[in-house]
Amino acid sequence: MQQTNVLEYLEQTVPQVPDKVAYSDGTDDITFRQVYQDARAMGTFLSRRGLYREPVVVFMSRHPRMIVSFYGVVYAGCYYVPIDEEMPKHRVSLIFQNLKPRAVICDEKTKAMLGEFDYQGDAFLYEEMAGTPVEEERLLDIRRKALDVDPLYIVFTSGSTGVPKGVVACHRSVIDYIENLSDVLEFNRDTVFGNQTPLYFDACLKELYPTLKFGATAYLIPKSLFMFPVKLVEYLNQYKINTICWVVSALTMVSAFKAFDKVKPEYLHTVAFGSEVFPIKQFNIWRETLPHAKFTNLYGPTEGTGMCCYYKVDREFALDETIPIGGPFRNTEILLLDEHDQPAKPGEPGEICIRGTSVTLGYYHNPEKTREAFVQNPLNDAYPEIIYRTGDLARLNERGELCFISRKDYQIKHMGHRIELGEIEVVANMMDGIKSACCIFDDDKKKIVLYYVGEASPAETVKYLKDKLPRYMIPNAVEVLDAMPLTPNSKIDRVLLKQKYQNKEK
Amino acid sequence: MEALLDILKELHPEVDFETCDTLIDDKILDSFDIISIITSINSEYDVAIPAEEIIPENFNSAEALYDLIERLQDED
Repeated sequence: MQQTNVLEYLEQTVPQVPDKVAYSDGTDDITFRQVYQDARAMGTFLSRRGLYREPVVVFMSRHPRMIVSFYGVVYAGCYYVPIDEEMPKHRVSLIFQNLKPRAVICDEKTKAMLGEFDYQGDAFLYEEMAGTPVEEERLLDIRRKALDVDPLYIVFTSGSTGVPKGVVACHRSVIDYIENLSDVLEFNRDTVFGNQTPLYFDACLKELYPTLKFGATAYLIPKSLFMFPVKLVEYLNQYKINTICWVVSALTMVSAFKAFDKVKPEYLHTVAFGSEVFPIKQFNIWRETLPHAKFTNLYGPTEGTGMCCYYKVDREFALDETIPIGGPFRNTEILLLDEHDQPAKPGEPGEICIRGTSVTLGYYHNPEKTREAFVQNPLNDAYPEIIYRTGDLARLNERGELCFISRKDYQIKHMGHRIELGEIEVVANMMDGIKSACCIFDDDKKKIVLYYVGEASPAETVKYLKDKLPRYMIPNAVEVLDAMPLTPNSKIDRVLLKQKYQNKEK
Repeated sequence: MEALLDILKELHPEVDFETCDTLIDDKILDSFDIISIITSINSEYDVAIPAEEIIPENFNSAEALYDLIERLQDED
């Protein structure tokens, strides 16, 4: 029978390896049996309180229990919305406004934080939920009514208007992704994942569900280790981690500081990376250190469920080359559309548009933004068919491989995160003492630079932004201007600002 | 020491680096900061911080960081 629910991965694996560790952060372990038991108890608990086919927020510190809570929400026939204790309050407030959730799953620490938000619903602790006796019939009934096109999760991405957008993904898309990703990266029961990405992004799908599918093990590597490269590699060796899917900046941190001169990963055989261009110099250090490892470049927007393209590195690259993003996973098609919505000619740039099961359902409670990006396939006027327009430009090289060029708009990639510069500007403009703000991105030095007009000091401004934005969106430099340069039609002249910045840097 | 404080203040103008000794423990510095600091120290003081010295103890305060720089300069 065809799989229609991600929980089937768990249910098939539990009898095979009940006592194996599924998830660990190095301190706390949780076995497959425990995952199964706790998730079903939590599902029963939520369902008994009348929660069904609605978002349930999981607001916890990054911990194996956070993952189990996701599955608990799914057992209840709901969809999970991961939020992390380190997310700024302002962002969490906006997410709550968008979702209007009736229930939040917390730990002790985050429960205390909930009071700071305008939230009237229930807050449940893991411990109280996991103690609930499982009601088999109730869970079976929920599953019988579930469809594979029902939502599984919502994750929030940066929005240009300053309001984050909640991307809704269904079971079918995630199963499609996990099956094809597992084929390409050759995961199996012996896979030991070292998770780097936060649990509130779709990036963690790569570790979460293949762990269930194969009965593998995933370690949640403490975030602080990504500052200390030697300790990080020692951690990989301590837990015999053999597979990592990290953002490029995490990988280059290790190679650029020559951690491999001190210690080498002993078990690592699969390295996947993405979200940014991997500088070839740094990439070569990794390859020389791990000559037998497989390296795979991944590309994909959250709206395309995790990743949608891959390229297995199979040749040497010159220092001025970039590693291609290759081609789509099976059952996904990439359309490269030019400005007239026609297929771009070979070698010519076009916008990456995704077609297939991997396209997510749209943005939660945001029909306008959904209509802008999830559109009718312009090459098909015969029947309804939705494609997702990424806003990324790419072209095909002479080998027929897709190569990423840049963003179409002001959205940038910084430290592996997708950022709308506009969102930073919106927040800066909210501050008393700032009259006008504009952000530019230094592509060479990878710095976000904020220019503003107003009497606020740079220190006050940074402090203000830190209260409202995630760390990776905080500008790396802040400059006060007497006046904002304007274009003839009175828009801020970004091009001039960027020139000004570049002249100063020289 | 002045130059080091300037480097740190440019990253976090709101932090009092002369007294704070929990830069890592209290998560004031993150991985991006560490990379920026190491790069800036390299160009300002002409010392390369080796991987084995990139440990929490050496980054918890401006003073610890300055001790490290002096130690590395002496070794040259």
